[in-house]
Amino acid sequence: MNGITQEDTHRAIERVARESYGRLVAYLSVHTHDLASAEDALSSALVSALTHWPEDGVPQNPEAWLMTAARRSLIDVVRHQRVAKASEPTLKLLEEDSMETIVAAEFPDERLKLLFVCAHPAIDSAMHTPLMLQTVLGLDAARIAQAFLIAPKTMGQRLFRAKTKIRSGGIPFEIPRERDLPERLDAVLEAIYAAFGIGWDDMAGADQRGRNLAEEALWLARALLQLMPGEPEIQGLLALMLHCEARRPARRGRDGRYIPLSEQDPKQWSLPLIEEAEQHLAEAFKQGRSGRFQLEAAIQSVHAERARGGRTDWRAIVLFYEQLLRVSPALGTRAGYAAAVAEANGPEAGLVVLERIDPDTVSHYQPYWAVRAHLLQRLGKNREAADAYDRAIDLAEDPAVREFLLQKRG
Amino acid sequence: MQFALLIYHTPQEFDMRKNNYSNPHLGAWRAYYRALVDAGVYVGADALEVPETGTTVRLRDGKRRVQDGPYADTKEQLAGFIILELPSVDAALEWASRCPGASIGAVEVRPLAKEALRRGFTG
Repeated sequence: MNGITQEDTHRAIERVARESYGRLVAYLSVHTHDLASAEDALSSALVSALTHWPEDGVPQNPEAWLMTAARRSLIDVVRHQRVAKASEPTLKLLEEDSMETIVAAEFPDERLKLLFVCAHPAIDSAMHTPLMLQTVLGLDAARIAQAFLIAPKTMGQRLFRAKTKIRSGGIPFEIPRERDLPERLDAVLEAIYAAFGIGWDDMAGADQRGRNLAEEALWLARALLQLMPGEPEIQGLLALMLHCEARRPARRGRDGRYIPLSEQDPKQWSLPLIEEAEQHLAEAFKQGRSGRFQLEAAIQSVHAERARGGRTDWRAIVLFYEQLLRVSPALGTRAGYAAAVAEANGPEAGLVVLERIDPDTVSHYQPYWAVRAHLLQRLGKNREAADAYDRAIDLAEDPAVREFLLQKRG
Repeated sequence: MQFALLIYHTPQEFDMRKNNYSNPHLGAWRAYYRALVDAGVYVGADALEVPETGTTVRLRDGKRRVQDGPYADTKEQLAGFIILELPSVDAALEWASRCPGASIGAVEVRPLAKEALRRGFTG
């Protein structure tokens, strides 16, 4: 009886590729530092799985099968390059453990090292997220380029350049020392959050592309938490993203119209996601080591009170923002703080906070102009408000947001 | 592995050299050098004369073209280099950030090419 169809096999390959990609790339590159070769070897292993598995059936341990096939192809490649003396140590390292032991035993999970490599300070920070998406999740350059709104060829070149630096630049494949860890971990979290942000901004209603990237970011954060259990900032980031994710269905009207947080119907928010977020945040706070992502999640948690029929406690939000400003005085934090102060203490107070920001830094920062326009309008300063709305509308990338602001401008 | 710290000076820093030994900046460099030697990471180093003393040569279409001055027309110019033996770029970045040259101009960290590549050049 042969109940397994070709489709089942393909699905099995897809699943193991998704779940094991980062683990396999990390393991294959941890000694060689050569990400590109590891990825090539894994691709050919996946191709070989596509031909063998439908005939022979899906192996009992698909990950080990792929690992064996990938190592074989990596060794072949290194043998071909033997002219270059430098490859000898690589070959030795690869052949050190015999294939049999790999198949039989669990191989160590080196993904954590890989995540720290991708977000290394010697790598252009704009490339941290793309590198993670490619090496840990196996997204191709064209897909990443699409999400980052740049030409696929350019993205391919930048990824190639970053990998060359990783291979030859002396970037260590290791978990940073204790004293460097907070800063280095922060870069990893930033990169994951950036992926989520792109998925988020991109979400024009039912846009599948954006949705997926946000899911990939959640997956990365969960994988990271599994590798560093109990790390409060990882749980903070996860809680933050889950809170945002919970509101996804409420962010757009049926006609695709943009709905701001204050006007969203909390009945449309996902309670299970909110609960999961709250759990992570509670566990994180128990550690007593506060941080940027925990505080941002705490702000979202206050907003989430509305889901349980509560009102938004703006004073609590103001307090969290004040703590947040101490650890991360980013522009977005300052604009958010101004908006919260305006809700708690009135628009004048909010405007005072806004005006403390250096005007040179905000000329291209959309949220600043949106908040400013809103506060001026509430104060009845309609001419000034209209000017600020114009700036905010000009800078808005999302057509639905632009439409929303145009209507508010009147 | 070995790393080069390439030290780029601003015109202001090149000017400081004229004040010679009275300059406290020089004291910082001496302390830095001592720290490198004490840490056992120092391989070698040298300083270059001011950029105005440089001459750039290109051979194009069989003709030698000589240009007065350095190759790049930028504000910061190569002023010297230090070679260090270090375990990773992390350590190199740390030493670079302690270098007195980083506080005014810039210090570029670059790994020395692998032995195999070097042997390709030298035979």
